[in-house]
Amino acid sequence: MFDNLPLWPARASAGAGNVDALYIFLVLLATFMSVAIFSMILVFALRYRRQPGRTAEQIEGSNALEITWSVVPLGIFMVIFAWGAVIYFQERTPPRDATEIYVVAKQWMWKLEHVEGQREINELHVPVGRDIEMIMTSQDVIHSFYVPAFRIKQDVLPGRYTTAWFRAIKPGVYHLFCAEYCGSQHSGMIGQVVVMEPAQYEAWLSGGNTSGSLASNGESIFQQLGCVTCHRSDTQGRGPSLAGIFGKPVQLEDGRTVIADENYIRESILSPSAKIVKGFKPIMPVFQGLVSEEQLTELVAYVKSLSAPPGAGTKVQESKVQ
Amino acid sequence: MATAVITPERENYLNQEYGIRSWLLTVDHKRIALLYLISITFFFFIGGFFALLIRLELLTPAGDLVQADTYNKLFTMHGMVMVFFFLIPSIPAVLGNFLVPLMIGAKDLAFPRINLLSWYLYIIAGVMMLHCIVTGGVDTGWTFYTPFSTAFSNTKVVEAGLSIFVAGFSSILTGLNFVVTIHRMRAPGMTWSRLPLFIWAHYATSIIQLLGTPVLAITLVLVVFERVFHLGIFDPTRGGDPLLFQHLFWFYSHPAVYIMILPAMGVVAEIVPCFSRKRIFGYKAIALSSIAIAVFGFLVWAHHMFVAGMSLYSALIFSALSYLVAVPSAIKVFNWTATMYKGSISFSTPMLYAFGFIGLFTMGGLTGLFLAALGIDVHVTDTYFVIAHFHYIMVGGAVMGYLGGMHFWWPKISGRLYPEWLGKFAALIVFLGFNLTFFPQFILGYMGMPRRYWQYPPEFQVLNVLSTAGSTILAVGYVLPMVYFLWSMRYGKLADDNPWGAAGLEWQTTSPPPTFNFDKEPEVTWEAYNYDQIPDPAAEEVPVER
Repeated sequence: MFDNLPLWPARASAGAGNVDALYIFLVLLATFMSVAIFSMILVFALRYRRQPGRTAEQIEGSNALEITWSVVPLGIFMVIFAWGAVIYFQERTPPRDATEIYVVAKQWMWKLEHVEGQREINELHVPVGRDIEMIMTSQDVIHSFYVPAFRIKQDVLPGRYTTAWFRAIKPGVYHLFCAEYCGSQHSGMIGQVVVMEPAQYEAWLSGGNTSGSLASNGESIFQQLGCVTCHRSDTQGRGPSLAGIFGKPVQLEDGRTVIADENYIRESILSPSAKIVKGFKPIMPVFQGLVSEEQLTELVAYVKSLSAPPGAGTKVQESKVQ
Repeated sequence: MATAVITPERENYLNQEYGIRSWLLTVDHKRIALLYLISITFFFFIGGFFALLIRLELLTPAGDLVQADTYNKLFTMHGMVMVFFFLIPSIPAVLGNFLVPLMIGAKDLAFPRINLLSWYLYIIAGVMMLHCIVTGGVDTGWTFYTPFSTAFSNTKVVEAGLSIFVAGFSSILTGLNFVVTIHRMRAPGMTWSRLPLFIWAHYATSIIQLLGTPVLAITLVLVVFERVFHLGIFDPTRGGDPLLFQHLFWFYSHPAVYIMILPAMGVVAEIVPCFSRKRIFGYKAIALSSIAIAVFGFLVWAHHMFVAGMSLYSALIFSALSYLVAVPSAIKVFNWTATMYKGSISFSTPMLYAFGFIGLFTMGGLTGLFLAALGIDVHVTDTYFVIAHFHYIMVGGAVMGYLGGMHFWWPKISGRLYPEWLGKFAALIVFLGFNLTFFPQFILGYMGMPRRYWQYPPEFQVLNVLSTAGSTILAVGYVLPMVYFLWSMRYGKLADDNPWGAAGLEWQTTSPPPTFNFDKEPEVTWEAYNYDQIPDPAAEEVPVER
């Protein structure tokens, strides 16, 4: 109804309406509070303005009032806190079966890769109505992935993966901004998100030239770098088998247990001795500086595909790890 | 009583000695306050000049006035100069320095030489910053985020970092001096519960300066070490953690906001009772809320990092704590408002600034509620919404408080009165210019315009034009007081000892005060804000304020 009023950007994601609802509530609350305070000041200033013969009435204060105007605002604040926290929780918890898109940010460009192998620069095509999870890292400084129409923003850090998710609900073309200052062309690090009807999206997917899916590219890097000689698909290798480990807890040599998520796999490639799996020796060479961010995402995608249900992606039939 | 009796000029701190040496080697807190006044005014106009260039660049969507790199340096140096060389020293080092000993009935601060040292440290830091600006500048943003600052920027990061490192010690020494002075140098009878609220506010501020500033100093040294010696502290390619930097930086830089705003709150707590002819409403609540802000202020830093990549649960905790710190601020606003109830209110220039402060600080505080709400912060952090919010607090709040205080105590500082109608006019200009500059930025931010953008999509232009227009009005409002203050030093009417009929020891000595403040040590037998015992100077004049 207010789509033409430039008070907020388009509401193009499933979560945008929730954010706007709280925003509008807060605008009303803030307006009410400002009007209340300003009109009190105004009324006092006029009613008690200095006039001949007026003397001020000395008033000490009132504990009852102090308690009232501490406790009542605190109560309201806690409601806002809870409301904001619920939205944040939804924003930060991607649905299980979300389609993954890998993002590598660099000065001053967004590189996006679809699981099917499509690569894009400063442009992201997504279908309406599908949950999309972005798995993002930076090649240099901190950037921030910001799509105002989706009301999502997430800093993109070098040396680790951060994630964000959304479900687009309205076809259109929306701004993609870098929101964390990243150097000379920070304001030029902008792109667009193109939200398409599913049929158009399928056509777009099949139209582009791909160089194989992420996971299959990852598999060939896995072969080239010789990873496969130790990380064999049976349990006889010198390194742990990688089949089915993704998202599962891993027992470490020092007694800790970690979840094998993207950051764990990344760290285990770049500095393998950081977390040694129970029962194995720290013999794996360090790959820091030897693989690019893109190759890393492909390797991660490959390892993930080893845990995918049969039929999806590159499949490897394998028994479970111990 | 507006016409003072002309008598041969009394000996005071201004005419006791003459010559440049008597100023540069002075240990009189009042003269040091004036040295600070001159220095921070200089830096204020440098920072303001950068701000005007920023606003002019943003008049059009394309980057056409300056180069991208120049723009990045402009907003960086605007931030660094305004935060570290104007806002943090502003009220404490000028008004605090002048008034803390006077208000508690002391001859000087506890450590007069350390007070002078703190000014020299400030000047050394200022010269380093100017040198850095003139020889190329720095482009990291005032926040120095790593690894950009340590591994990527090829500007003068080390020099800027060291400059702020030195400025930090100036701030620490001022805080130390105030804490010791307030504890040890109060006149007989000046108990803690009789202290003016200005003193309580400065006490809370000093504690933050003492506890917070060393953390910033250490953090900047680590940045310099990583940049120069390539240590891996914050840079992930060398095994460091960029989020660690943000935690350390905001651990100081969030409380730093309270270093700026608490003293301004102290100023307002002096002005409102004076021009309402009333004791302040809820003295204890206001005093304790200053301390509460100083304590809670240290527990909310990570609310600057909700999208930075920290865990969901720590975000929840920092969001909740951020709401706690809003409560004492709300208490203050309510108490100032209640002070006016059944008062006898006049609209002199300082009171207009106090009104402006309450209004703008309230709006800044209320928009803080938006930013502390996690779900909204994700959308608006790092956009112009944040810019608008913190300018409402730091310019609408702290600078309004500073100007209000300058007008209130100018007769005491200079012994002269400024032209009242010009004062009122300038206050109005500042208020209008400020709102026109910064209110549109709230809307810009929610529409999604990111901060630190040299060029922007055309749909944001209308609001940016409004903002730029406002900034030129604001600039006029800031130049005016400087002009008429200077004018009044020579041509202004001579001021009484107590032209406003204000409570407080500083008004019981002469204007300007003698070097040792009081001819004989005062003894306090009354509560603060005893306006029932002080005659109203305006009451004898007819007609009164309409």
